[in-house]
Amino acid sequence: MVIHWINTVSSWFIPFFLLAVFLHGSYKKIPLYDTFIEGAREGFTLAVRLIPYVVGIYVAVSLFENSGAMDILLYPFRPALTFLGVPEEVIPLMVVRPLSGPAALGITAGLIEKFGPDSYIGRLASVIDGSTDTTLYILAVYFASVGVKNPRYSLPVGLTSDFSGFIAALLICQMVFA
Amino acid sequence: MVNIIWAAMLLTGIVVAAVNGNIDVVTTAALKGAQWAVDFALGLIAIMTFWLGIMKVAEEAGMVRIFANMVKPVTRFLFPTVPRDHPAMGAIIMNLSANVLGLGNAATPMGLIAMKELQKLNKSDPETASEAMCTFLALNTSCITVIPATIIGIRIQAGSLNPTEIVGTTIFATSCAMFVAVVADRILRALFRRGRWR
Repeated sequence: MVIHWINTVSSWFIPFFLLAVFLHGSYKKIPLYDTFIEGAREGFTLAVRLIPYVVGIYVAVSLFENSGAMDILLYPFRPALTFLGVPEEVIPLMVVRPLSGPAALGITAGLIEKFGPDSYIGRLASVIDGSTDTTLYILAVYFASVGVKNPRYSLPVGLTSDFSGFIAALLICQMVFA
Repeated sequence: MVNIIWAAMLLTGIVVAAVNGNIDVVTTAALKGAQWAVDFALGLIAIMTFWLGIMKVAEEAGMVRIFANMVKPVTRFLFPTVPRDHPAMGAIIMNLSANVLGLGNAATPMGLIAMKELQKLNKSDPETASEAMCTFLALNTSCITVIPATIIGIRIQAGSLNPTEIVGTTIFATSCAMFVAVVADRILRALFRRGRWR
């Protein structure tokens, strides 16, 4: 019931928003098309300006993962994780999640494929992937888009929040699905 | 910070590949990563152009102000330095709304507009993040997700008997993350103001 309601809201959100913008714009007697073009002109430059940053991050993540460096990084943490009841399989997902959305989604899809969507690992991976966003990537791209070079305390805040999201995901999955 | 992480990832990646004896991986991984990144950025042009056009109409007609007024109490608490009818407030609110609904593609352009507007309000050094920017990004990266649409899609494809059963647990996990983000942002902001850390 709630899910159905949520799905309805999700598919109506953008159409409703567009309708509201156009209705309100014509009510205020704004030249709709001219105004649209004026704003849209910035779209290309804004997207193209992102290319160097996105390339930099993806090359580093891709290299780090494919070379096997990720496995080595995880190695010392394995005993502790087993002790805490954290399945080893989801660790790469937690490491990659703040760095790259598509890479994390790739890992999640792989785990779901391997263990089954209704297995504990499959459900846990789904929740971990949905529990936070691509923190490092968002910080890098958003700050770069306005030329900010000193992010101050935003990285520790983002990573602390990611980490608590993972802990919350582990706890709630153990309670609900285990 | 980003410089160090980036360099460390590249260097260890190359060294580990060399030690493991599969140095070919370096070139393929680098090229594949770059290719993917460009495809992603170019794919963004369409939606960015469209949303920036729409947002301009909303801004000119004063719709931003209406939105901002609706959630005024919350945003005023979270962003004390942003004037309440400033375009930055509207962009922040719409970015967060899109994030809640799992509309990632719609959220990014509005988020970048929010940053652009916040930069106009940045009274100090334009190369240093303002407090409002830090708060915005803390909320943005930890935002409550009500609809993890892509994951539900993957689960359906994999033949799950109940693909949406992870919605409730995801809402719980993201709520915890967002709460921690707001608290951590407040604490670190206070510490930075006192000048303990640079």
